[in-house]
Amino acid sequence: MRFTKLKAAALATATSALTVLSSAANAVEIEYWQYFFDARVAAMEQLIENFQAANPDITVTMTHFPYADYRTKVAAAIPAGEGPDVVQLFYGWLNDYKAAELIQPLPAGDFPADAIDAEFFPMVSAMREGDSYWALPTAVRSLALFYNERLFEEAGIDGPPETLDEMLEIGATLTERDGAGNITQAGLTMGMNAQDHHWFREGLVRQFGGEPYLDDYKTVNYNTEAGQKAMEFYIGLGEEGGIGAIGFMDEPQAAFKAGRAGMHIDGSFRIGSLNKTRGLKWGVTELPANADGVRSNYSSYWVNAITTKAEGEKYDAAVKFMQYITSDEAMQIWLDVVGELPAKPSVGLTEENANNETFGPFIRGLAYANTTKFVNESAQRQLLIDAVERVKLQGASIADSLAEAAAAEQKLLDDFYASN
Amino acid sequence: MYKNLSIAQKHIVWAWAFLALPVVFYVVIRFYPTANAMLISFQDWNLLGSRTWAGMENYQKLWNDPVFWQVFRNTFVYLILGTPISLVLSFVVAYHLDKTRFMHGTIRMLYFLPFMTSAVAMAWVWRWFYQPVPIGLFNNWLAQFGIPQIEFLRSTTNALPAILAPAVWAGLGFQIIIFMAGLRAIPQSYYEAARIDGVSKWSVLFEITIPLLKPTIVFLVVFSSIGFLRIFDQVFNMTTGDPGGPLNSTKPLVLQIYQSAFTDFDMGYAAAQTVVLFLILLVVSLLQLYLLRDR
Amino acid sequence: MAAVDDIRASSDTLFESRAARRKANMGQYIRWSLLFLGGIMMVMPIVYMLSTSLKWPHEIYDVSLIPKEPHLENYTFVLEDGRFYGWFINSLIIATITTISNVLFDSLVGYTLCKFRFPGRYIIFIAILSTLMIPTEMLVIPWYLMSQSFGWLDTHWGIMFPGLMTAFGTFLMKQFFETVPDDFIEAARIDGLNELQIWWTVAMPLVRPALAALAIFVFLGNWTAFIWPLIVTNSWDMYTLPVGLSTFADEADVAWELVMTGAAISTIPTLVVFLIFQRFIIRGVVMAGLKG
Repeated sequence: MRFTKLKAAALATATSALTVLSSAANAVEIEYWQYFFDARVAAMEQLIENFQAANPDITVTMTHFPYADYRTKVAAAIPAGEGPDVVQLFYGWLNDYKAAELIQPLPAGDFPADAIDAEFFPMVSAMREGDSYWALPTAVRSLALFYNERLFEEAGIDGPPETLDEMLEIGATLTERDGAGNITQAGLTMGMNAQDHHWFREGLVRQFGGEPYLDDYKTVNYNTEAGQKAMEFYIGLGEEGGIGAIGFMDEPQAAFKAGRAGMHIDGSFRIGSLNKTRGLKWGVTELPANADGVRSNYSSYWVNAITTKAEGEKYDAAVKFMQYITSDEAMQIWLDVVGELPAKPSVGLTEENANNETFGPFIRGLAYANTTKFVNESAQRQLLIDAVERVKLQGASIADSLAEAAAAEQKLLDDFYASN
Repeated sequence: MYKNLSIAQKHIVWAWAFLALPVVFYVVIRFYPTANAMLISFQDWNLLGSRTWAGMENYQKLWNDPVFWQVFRNTFVYLILGTPISLVLSFVVAYHLDKTRFMHGTIRMLYFLPFMTSAVAMAWVWRWFYQPVPIGLFNNWLAQFGIPQIEFLRSTTNALPAILAPAVWAGLGFQIIIFMAGLRAIPQSYYEAARIDGVSKWSVLFEITIPLLKPTIVFLVVFSSIGFLRIFDQVFNMTTGDPGGPLNSTKPLVLQIYQSAFTDFDMGYAAAQTVVLFLILLVVSLLQLYLLRDR
Repeated sequence: MAAVDDIRASSDTLFESRAARRKANMGQYIRWSLLFLGGIMMVMPIVYMLSTSLKWPHEIYDVSLIPKEPHLENYTFVLEDGRFYGWFINSLIIATITTISNVLFDSLVGYTLCKFRFPGRYIIFIAILSTLMIPTEMLVIPWYLMSQSFGWLDTHWGIMFPGLMTAFGTFLMKQFFETVPDDFIEAARIDGLNELQIWWTVAMPLVRPALAALAIFVFLGNWTAFIWPLIVTNSWDMYTLPVGLSTFADEADVAWELVMTGAAISTIPTLVVFLIFQRFIIRGVVMAGLKG
């Protein structure tokens, strides 16, 4: 009897030791990569903590790299098999990673495509192919018009512009020039190199009655009357008698941060940096509508995807992790910590979020936002920069310059879709 | 066995013994990746996927790419302006600094400091200097004297010299130091002999100093040419936002290679341009070594 | 040092006749003033860097050289970041070892290529020189794959291995060994020294200025290297100073006051290295028993 008891106890100890051992052996470790941004890292740490508490047998390690070189770093490491199991990518890179078989589709069972279509903001559908999604965002971004409240008050302006015409009017009031005619304070910051190329493509062109691309972004369509009018409007902003100047204070956001510009079009990711700027009192409003009240916005996002490196139990863990970081809870945490907009209307368009003084204009902008399907964002941006420079520096006509840009961009798209 | 070798043969043995490790190093760390790059220039590779053969496609693309020819021209402008300007400046400074006693160390340090400071930080300081009013230092000066503003960086003609200036500025200190090391390596006895013969100052300069500085000059000509043909840091940092300046007016070959590789992920095209850069550098260096050889 | 400078400068004035002495003095003043003025112009951008490092963020685009409210908080911010020291140490280790390796190997190779006659000499020289002609950007991917297969990723060795020898240093040393008279080497051979001894005890001391210049150059090059250290490291602990400092720039914002502060701090070690080695450059070389 006694012996049996002892034996049972020993057996119990052994099995419990075994359980401990086996659970230790079962602890799966997966790696997650994103770029370095204080708030994003903080938010992800919080998400990982929550996730690990709910899944004690999974450990997630996060690695992050400097933003400017993130793409280079990821491109060097992942093909070499050194990469993570779950990776954050810009939506515009997805095609390359898909074609190179570096990421795998999300399992349709856990990520039903139709349900995602119904739940997420519509632009996320760019990540869908057939019945499966390849990647999903936690948060999305859009553009809005920031304005300097102090300058507005000083000039006796009641509130931010609602329409493009109002924007011109307010901008003219705020623009100051020195004796030689050089701008010393701009009504509106300008620069295709910043966010203006998005504003032009998805904002102005549509507001002037055009459609920037056709055929699921495979055909360039801004070399039209609408596109030319949009470009005339844009370049006119920086002409004499305009409300800004390209290259004023080097970079648009620098001019706004230094309090030398009244208005500034930028993305939601700039909020944190503006908040840190001492002595700057700013407000934000939706992008101005055209005379008919039409508004249009651009939206972009970073997605999370599972790499082909994740196999077996790591794959299962990666799927669970993906489910968590695209959940409602994760989106709200991301909004609170990073200030980026939830990717689902059900989370984003809550009364509280949509009326938030800071996030509200961006979230409301999502409702009428389009996402350009870039094949090479920097190259496509460069073409619009050059289009403006040809007019400004070489005296080319707007029609010719825009036609040249459109032809070059079409070639870029054709080359890409021919080889993918 | 070693004892039976002739003196010349012994030298060969020593030479190869000294070179053995370095040769292995260069073959593995340098030649192999270089050969690899040459191979990739005949392939299509986006860094992520597999490589496929493309034959001469990358080179054809290059030949027909107007941007490439613009970049090609820019690269040579950097060389043709940068090398003589920086060599003459640094020699003049080194020559006079060599003859200066008072605060010699301090002055030398002033000239050398730019070379030691982070190229990225300095490129941005220069970039700010070049801005229009209200933030640009140079244009503020001009405005104070009532002189019209100059667009330095947002101009297709001024931008390249404006970027060359900080590149010359940053490298000057190093060239001065090398010139001074060269000047100090000239044995005093030559100067003493010249003094006894009563030779004029200019003759000393042209008949003793410069000929004896020849190895130093050869080194600096070749080295600074390579430097200007490979200019990157200043251009990259002073033109972020519109890389390569307005309408590619300042873009050098290395920036174009960098963009092809890490912005467009077109490794084959980047490699083809690398091969062209390699050939340019090789031809220019060999030509310089040939022209400056000992006759 | 001062005594050497005296001898130097006197070699100049010795050419002048007494009557021209006054004129020469005048010339000396002008020369000094111009050199000094040029030197001040040279450091202006650096002065602006320092000035920016003392400014608050909203003031950095202000042209005035003197900050309105100068403060040291950027420095405390950077230095209080615990990771800074790790990056600093990493950079120091890498730059130091690389410098030693280059001084030894580059001079050995340069010496061999300069003073030995053997078949293949010129080819090897050109081949080594040709490695200067490929931009680093094209080499990082093969190096990365190499490091990966040898398990060097994210290690000090991985960061430093590509720079252990450089064509630049080899070329520099070869050129400077040409100033060493062959007679010296022959004399040493007759004295019964072997070739390694001749290189180390006879030739090396005669090119000390070039070695010092090389040491400064290599140290600096590795101290500021960016792209390869970025690619080969994965963890923040292994970052070098330039890679670490690049995190002051994020997607929305570049903290210029911190970038300039980081640049100012990271100039200090290079300055120290310069101060240590420059005296070798300036002291010059005295070649005893040389007959012109």
